Amino acid sequence: MSTARSTELTGLTAAQVAAAVAAGEVSAVEVTAAHLDRIAAVDSQVRAFLHVAADEALAAARAVDDRRAAGEPLGPLAGVPLALKDVFTTTDMPTTAGSRILEGWRPPYDATITRRLRRAGVVLLGKTNMDEFAMGSSTENSAFGPSHNPWDLARVPGGSSGGSAAAVTACEAPLAMGTDTGGSIRQPAAVCGIVGVKPTYGGSSRYGLIAFASSLDTPGPLARNVLDAALLHEAISGHDPRDSTSVDAPVPPVVAAARQADVAGLRVGVVTELGGEGYQPGVLARFGEAVELLESLGAKIVEVSCPHFTYALPAYYLIAPSECSSNLARFDAMRYGLRVGDDGSLSADEVMSLTRAAGFGPEVKRRIILGTYALSSGYYDAYYGKAQQVRTLICRDFDAAFEQVDVLVSPTTPTTAFAIGERADDPMAMYLADLCTIPSDLAGNAALSVPCGLAPEDGLPVGLQVMAPALGDDRLYRVAAAVEAALERRWGGPLLGQAKGLAAPPGRGEASGTGEAGGIGR
Amino acid sequence: MPITRDEVAHLARLSRLALSEAELDHFAGQLDVILTAVARVQEVAADGIPPMTHAVPVVNVFRDDVVVPSLPREVVLSQAPAAEQGRFRVPRILAED
Repeated sequence: MSTARSTELTGLTAAQVAAAVAAGEVSAVEVTAAHLDRIAAVDSQVRAFLHVAADEALAAARAVDDRRAAGEPLGPLAGVPLALKDVFTTTDMPTTAGSRILEGWRPPYDATITRRLRRAGVVLLGKTNMDEFAMGSSTENSAFGPSHNPWDLARVPGGSSGGSAAAVTACEAPLAMGTDTGGSIRQPAAVCGIVGVKPTYGGSSRYGLIAFASSLDTPGPLARNVLDAALLHEAISGHDPRDSTSVDAPVPPVVAAARQADVAGLRVGVVTELGGEGYQPGVLARFGEAVELLESLGAKIVEVSCPHFTYALPAYYLIAPSECSSNLARFDAMRYGLRVGDDGSLSADEVMSLTRAAGFGPEVKRRIILGTYALSSGYYDAYYGKAQQVRTLICRDFDAAFEQVDVLVSPTTPTTAFAIGERADDPMAMYLADLCTIPSDLAGNAALSVPCGLAPEDGLPVGLQVMAPALGDDRLYRVAAAVEAALERRWGGPLLGQAKGLAAPPGRGEASGTGEAGGIGR
Repeated sequence: MPITRDEVAHLARLSRLALSEAELDHFAGQLDVILTAVARVQEVAADGIPPMTHAVPVVNVFRDDVVVPSLPREVVLSQAPAAEQGRFRVPRILAED
């Protein structure tokens, strides 16, 4: 295969790849090889992957080609490569959750998400880097070192699904899977200039997902455009009897909604509390323009107050650590993972304490201690109990808002991508990255981030967050697809077409962007 | 309501984390800042507000009691830190005295 053809293949959307494979214009093996080449060329700088499964990926691609040759029907994503967050169990690849305590672990079973992707003919390229146990907003909490933002390698790609976001942004894969507990899909998508979706809680299975905070953890798609995200959303969703919190309801028609791309008559609420002081001026400027754009497309804009959203961050940092302190008790050095200090003289209890001290990083330790504190008798009512009541009040704010409007919008993050190291040992500063995304996690409803331009002060991507009621996931796609189409008409192409560095389309190299996303020209 | 270094040491013992003296010093300060910030939930008047534990109100999810194959023993034990005679080998669980 020529280099030019290989480069061209990595720039295709997932929908284009699937169509080309189905039509026999290109083989799944060729597509996979092209992406493996791209990974080999750029991942020493991006560091999106913890493990690349080249042989297994090529074998999976060959199986798709064989099925096509045999005349079997192929699904809508057959032959499309995907980067899988290293929190989903995989029998043929290590699964570490970014932690030393699971280094080299080979799970004995596949997650439901993994199984559904394989069944759909999706080609798993490897496992992506993440903050340890998904606790963080930058991938700096990975035991294996940070991933880098392809727009500017000195900056974070967001987190915790930062490896997945970086892989898609740098065209190492057209699709990736992430998980969202406090914003871990939408926040990295926003700071990398791609699309990321947190489905309704229970809409995507948690079976085989290494647990962080079980009442919040939600798997979801990352992609370079809205339609691709919808195709992946549909492929992974649906009831799973192995997850007792899985919703037994039809999957919302997300692909149809992405194709509809129409907001005429839709009522859009701007959340008063998610903006203003503490937000980067360029983020607010692009967000304001996106709202004007929605109005120009026929949406009806109203301002909506959700007064308890200002308490979402503190409530989250009690609920998530509490659940994590319980979930991570399973890492006891007995049945799998790391064991240290087993010298014949130390007790199981001592070995457990030494192993956990050696195997967990600082943020995981902080959250386990915080959660243990919040759940202790004497503090339970004042902290965990109160946080659960705040969660109810946040849900009621959403319910009241969705009586007036069809969707809510806000910036996805208060700032653009920050520098690696800037917030690494300042937990509260790091936590603020999830300020706008946490309310939807606490309520369990659906939310998405779609690029809405570049902040003029630093030339980095800004995300527009769209929030919809539980099981109203299709509304997200209607709005995001309409915004994406209108902005691409203005810009003359996708946002990544204006990117610098490794976020630039493959083949264009280091050429600097000349488009209009930095300021909407008319 | 500040959290003391002694309290952090106690919580670390409860959580089975053998933290170093330097970690205890470092975390005590950071946890105090975090706890002060999250204590804001106490400002909300929430008398009579029910606690929310879960986003989806599902209760008692049952399935048919059908036997399915277990994971193969050798596959599971291959990932254990130590195995012996087809079982997990663990450090001693009882004290000498």
